[in-house]
Amino acid sequence: MADGGGTRGHEESGQPALVRFEQVSKRFGDVAAVDALTLDIRQGEFFALLGPSGCGKTTLLRLLAGFEAPNEGRILLDGDDIGGVPPHHRPVNMMFQSYALFPHLTVEGNVGFGLRQEKVGRRERRERVAEMLALVKLQGFGKRRVGQLSGGERQRVALARSLIKRPRVLLLDEPLAALDKKLRAETQFELMELQRNLGTTFVIVTHDQEEAMIVSDRIAVMNQGRLVQVAEPAEIYERPNSRWAADFLGEVTLIEGYLNEDGTLATRLGPLRVGAGTAKTDDKVWLALRPEKLRMSAERPAADGLNTAAGIVFEVGYRGDLSLYKVQLADRSLMKVALANTSARGKAQFAVKDVVWLSWPRDTGVLLTD
Amino acid sequence: MSATIKSERSWGKRAVVLLPYLWLAIFFLAPFAIVLKISLSQTAIAQPPYVPVFDLASGWQDLQDFFARLTLDGYRLIGSDPIYLFSYLKSLQIAGVSTAILLLIGYPIGYGIARSPRGLQPLLVMLVVLPFWTSFLIRVYAWINILQRDGLLNDVLMRLHIIHEPAAWLASDTAIYIGIVYSYLPFMVLPLYATLEKMDETLLEAAADLGAPRARAFWQVTMPLSLPGAAAGTLLCFIPIMGEFVIPDLLGGSRTLMIGQTLWTEFFFNRDWPVASAIAVALLALLVLPILLYERLQRRQLERFR
Amino acid sequence: MRRTSRFNVVSVTLGLAFLYLPIAILVIYSFNASRLVTVWGGWSLEWYRALLNDDAMLQAAWISLRVAALSATAATVLGTCAAVTLVRMGRFRGRLLFSGMVYAPLVMPEVITGLSLLLLFVTFNVDRGFWTIAIAHTTLTLCFVTVIVQARLIGFDRTLEEAAMDLGCPPLKTFLFVTLPLILPAIAAGWMLAFSLSLDDLVIASFTTGPGATTLPIRIYSQVRLGVKPEINAICTIMVTVVALGTIAASLMMKRGAARRGRAALGAQV
Repeated sequence: MADGGGTRGHEESGQPALVRFEQVSKRFGDVAAVDALTLDIRQGEFFALLGPSGCGKTTLLRLLAGFEAPNEGRILLDGDDIGGVPPHHRPVNMMFQSYALFPHLTVEGNVGFGLRQEKVGRRERRERVAEMLALVKLQGFGKRRVGQLSGGERQRVALARSLIKRPRVLLLDEPLAALDKKLRAETQFELMELQRNLGTTFVIVTHDQEEAMIVSDRIAVMNQGRLVQVAEPAEIYERPNSRWAADFLGEVTLIEGYLNEDGTLATRLGPLRVGAGTAKTDDKVWLALRPEKLRMSAERPAADGLNTAAGIVFEVGYRGDLSLYKVQLADRSLMKVALANTSARGKAQFAVKDVVWLSWPRDTGVLLTD
Repeated sequence: MSATIKSERSWGKRAVVLLPYLWLAIFFLAPFAIVLKISLSQTAIAQPPYVPVFDLASGWQDLQDFFARLTLDGYRLIGSDPIYLFSYLKSLQIAGVSTAILLLIGYPIGYGIARSPRGLQPLLVMLVVLPFWTSFLIRVYAWINILQRDGLLNDVLMRLHIIHEPAAWLASDTAIYIGIVYSYLPFMVLPLYATLEKMDETLLEAAADLGAPRARAFWQVTMPLSLPGAAAGTLLCFIPIMGEFVIPDLLGGSRTLMIGQTLWTEFFFNRDWPVASAIAVALLALLVLPILLYERLQRRQLERFR
Repeated sequence: MRRTSRFNVVSVTLGLAFLYLPIAILVIYSFNASRLVTVWGGWSLEWYRALLNDDAMLQAAWISLRVAALSATAATVLGTCAAVTLVRMGRFRGRLLFSGMVYAPLVMPEVITGLSLLLLFVTFNVDRGFWTIAIAHTTLTLCFVTVIVQARLIGFDRTLEEAAMDLGCPPLKTFLFVTLPLILPAIAAGWMLAFSLSLDDLVIASFTTGPGATTLPIRIYSQVRLGVKPEINAICTIMVTVVALGTIAASLMMKRGAARRGRAALGAQV
């Protein structure tokens, strides 16, 4: 449990990776944006690079696109070292965060730009551009100028432009950052559908963890140039490999303690029952509890096998679909609990200053050593 | 502050608008009308050296006489005597060729500055502009130093054994081109630089990403986007060069004069004000289209940022 | 991907060398003891001494300086007003004509402007001399001031003015105490440009001058037509030095102002 789900990036079995970073480092001045990083990205997957600003995810993307060269290490595409290959020769295309649409060309001119470089004939170009525009639901937009388009439309043009050359890998640099919430949610699903239909490998950079979890098959969580955890979203969410990962993805309550001889966890709340099969260690460990896994009640629950703690509701965050409570326990620490707002009366179940009991079964949560 | 209701137009705001407006109307616009009028007058040995003289105080009969004595003689002269036609053609030739040279030389310089490290750019721009702030006359004069028979260029060339006797660089079209390109370079470089500097660099990354090597990316992306700057620079150079006087006068030969020189000669030496005015009006007519083009460019720049 | 290619470096260097070479030559030869350009006679301040004794030249310099200062100031006031009008005043009747008049002098050949102004003065029987040159220079240089100040105004952060007005400052005061100080570097740059343009102008001054109002360029020009004279090298060097020092001082001032503003802005964010 302590080692956390998923690998640290290496492919041990199965088919060879499409993209492999081998001990890649990239420094800007004294700062290592990417630090001895090894990572595999599989053919056909929707892969997310997730992390806070400055973690190196965008640098990694640009290394793959060819706009930066690694100081150390190799980057392999289909087994070939593409280190010396300039960006215009790589079978990799990028959708830029600012879209980078050419203002002096029409939509058609923009989308067909890549084909022009391949010396594709005018008729074929026109056909493929029309096909692409239909795919991103912009049919008929060909003759429009870039300046006349809305934000969402420009984003689609950028997408069409980067897909038309049928790249081996499509890189998306925070593609949805400029969209409003509703449009972003719709576009996320469209991207997933597109990726599924085309079968192209997508690599998306985002700082929005919800987005990463929704769209991707696997996520690489990064911090300060290094990989923290690489796994499927559910894996990272339910079995994070460190406090940092647990805290970065979603909400979590961390309870620190030491393992007793009898396998319980000695904490400031008293001894807590934890899952069987916990590795023995004398060091400090943390119990990571996701807020939606906890039960909250006004009366003390029957104690059969459950961990319980009493507290007072400190803060309520009403979100419509659920409410996030912060409950202050006896030792003045705060526990986060999320309850779905099932009552149609439209109010949160509990209010500030209510006395409540929290409970969770013994195998809820993960013990972290890191 | 932009959308003000009419009633709020305070006298302060009115003054801000009217001050430059009136000044320009009186000292820039009105004089053109006068030039036009004098171009239609007759030469005379008098003070001022033309007839008829417009006297607001005179009566209706005098006014009628005034209009009766207006003449197109001045225009007829410049239309008939080939000297003037050659002068215009020469100006067109020199202005056209110099502007082309300026574009060829100025573009790499402007581009080079725009692509240099951001911190260095203001310094480089200042270095390009600095000579412009020192005396224009002096800089042209400096070229006399270099280009004269016993000047530096000949000295260096002879020492390098490229030529064996001093060549005549001055009093030639070549000298004029050197002088003009030298003096007008900042006027070409600055607008080009301003446009190139604003260009979004990720556009070039996108072009590379889509398969365009650097040279092709330049021609297909950078160059088209720099056209407004190039247009501004071209007009900013071509129009004033047409009417240049100092440079051809100091560096050029006496065979064919540029139109600016012709005007000067007519005015100061022949004391023929009407003909000089006619020359000015004709020159203005030639330039009216480029000037309007330039105005349009400037207005569009303004509109884009309002 | 900011790659400074060798071509770029070479072209910029060559361009700058081309621009500065003649000036450098002038400066060096102003210290040349020999009259001839091709002969180096050793270092000497002889020409500077000759310059100091050349009363006519000094007189002309004095007149030029006064005309330049006067016209630059007038041009700055008018040009700033014009810039404010163009950027802030929205649409008004005659705006097209106004912008036309403001931008035209930028490209208009000087012989035309000079001639037209002289004819204006003659028609209204105005005595030509110091004041007519000043008026002419003001008219010529105000468009340059406008372009510089306008560029600064366009990039100006309006929220600063909005904040001031939100805190109770009426529009005029806001402009004078918030906007103006912040665009001052541009206005100063405009003044300096107008000053140097006026100091330097030959053609328009020649048309609009009168007895006793010989400006420095007119004087230099009449001398130059007679041949190269080393005293002119001396006065050129002086002018170049003055302008260079002035520009350096100005840019230092602007950098310090910008740094101060930058720190203030940072402080405001915290």
